Amino acid sequence: MSARLPPSFDHVMRFESVGLRYGQRPEVLEDIRLDLKPGSFHFLTGASGAGKSSLLRLMYLGQRPTRGLITLFGQDVATLPRSKLPALRRRIGVVFQDFHLLDHMSAVDNVALPLRVAGVSESEIKKHVPELLSWVGLADHLNAKPPVLSGGQKQRVAIARAVIARPDLLLADEPTGNVDDTLATRLLYLFEELNKLGTTVVIATHNEGLIKSFAHSRLHLERGRLVDPPPFKEG
Amino acid sequence: MSLVRRRTDLPTTSDATSRFVPLLIALMVFLAVMALSGLMVLHGLAGRWERDIRGTLTVQVPAVISGPEAEARSHAKVEAALNILSDTRGVLHAEPLGRDRIISLLEPWLGSADLIAELPLPRLIDVTTDPHIAIDIKALAARLEAVQPGATVEDHRIWLGRLLRLTRSVEMLAVLVLGLVGVITSATVIFATRTGMAIHHQVIEVLHLIGAQDDYIARQFARRTFLMGLKGGVIGLGLGIGAIFSFGFMARSLEGGVLPEFWLTPAHWLAVVSLPLAAAWIATLTARIAVLRALARMT
Repeated sequence: MSARLPPSFDHVMRFESVGLRYGQRPEVLEDIRLDLKPGSFHFLTGASGAGKSSLLRLMYLGQRPTRGLITLFGQDVATLPRSKLPALRRRIGVVFQDFHLLDHMSAVDNVALPLRVAGVSESEIKKHVPELLSWVGLADHLNAKPPVLSGGQKQRVAIARAVIARPDLLLADEPTGNVDDTLATRLLYLFEELNKLGTTVVIATHNEGLIKSFAHSRLHLERGRLVDPPPFKEG
Repeated sequence: MSLVRRRTDLPTTSDATSRFVPLLIALMVFLAVMALSGLMVLHGLAGRWERDIRGTLTVQVPAVISGPEAEARSHAKVEAALNILSDTRGVLHAEPLGRDRIISLLEPWLGSADLIAELPLPRLIDVTTDPHIAIDIKALAARLEAVQPGATVEDHRIWLGRLLRLTRSVEMLAVLVLGLVGVITSATVIFATRTGMAIHHQVIEVLHLIGAQDDYIARQFARRTFLMGLKGGVIGLGLGIGAIFSFGFMARSLEGGVLPEFWLTPAHWLAVVSLPLAAAWIATLTARIAVLRALARMT
């Protein structure tokens, strides 16, 4: 399991004047400045195409910015040697919008992957992975492979994989998009539990109902820029 | 983590490279087995020839084939040649070959012994020389010619030198084949690894994003390649051993040793059976380097 942040850290992630463009096209993210405090919880909102997924991609080091400075766990990502990046990535749990599950592996093996990559013993894996999968309601699907799982079940496997290693930073792209409201609320409670244990959480979502139910800060993107979040729609 | 640990994050049997690579490595190992065994046999053979022939000469004295007492006159000519040889510094021993021995030597080449017996065979003297003393062959031949016109000295070193040059050329060719086999195996593995990486791009990306070190991913490919290489190598070795035995059997079945005896020593066999491991190791190392280089280009 990952180490907790040392108390001296005043931020988990900091973006300073960060911009991102793909090829020669206009910037999809412009002048992003943000500071994620340890143990904070944020919803990332914005219309489709506003740049939520791109921002998350920068956060989980799936992409390098075209300008600006990103500091993760106190380290400048741009100047960090490549060999140090995996250790940083292991401190981040990611729920991808399209799940990124490995189709040839069972649910258990998919969820166990971050632990195996981190060198956790098989006995620990056998103890914790089925427990977490049961918690997300997949006790009967431990050995099922993703192609036979429904969208909602895949999403829960993806969430379990993201949280199994107790990451310091949890990033989720529409993690409740394929589940009913009851399960969505339950999953949000799981994220809150992790947050209480010290994990910083950023959840990209369109689900205004959920955002209203959980009183956490909002990072709102409009056309690639972070702006003050608009008020919730009536009704 | 062991290279042959069973669990892998890559789907190992679902792509074309898992069938293509063992097949190609089988062919490469087969070629390597043939080249290496040929090289070792030739090397041993050349050494044996050199040891056997170094320090020997053959003197050929034309036989008297007609006239009264032809046999006695032929015998006298041989005796005269023997006297000259015994007076020559560096000659350790000189012994005329019996007619039966000459016929038996010619039999594989000319056929029936009865037919050969009818031929006007020259008399041969087998001469053993001191390898540390250089004999002036031309002078010896001239002295023999003066006493016995038509007598010749056969210095085996001349044709042995030619034969050894030919053997060394073939040996170099075998080494070249072995080198090419190594290069082709590596090139094939690079191609297959790149294809495999393209096919399993999603798996690599996921492993990468959840924090797998490049070495972790490279080990997965290396292990997979090692198993494919070993599988192909064992098949190639089996085919190669079959070919060696077939060739040896054919060589033995030809009468009179026209072909040199094709046999391998235990040390040779050890070298041959280690080829699949060597191929698997080359393939593993190549795959590992190829994957690490490709991963280094990722974000």
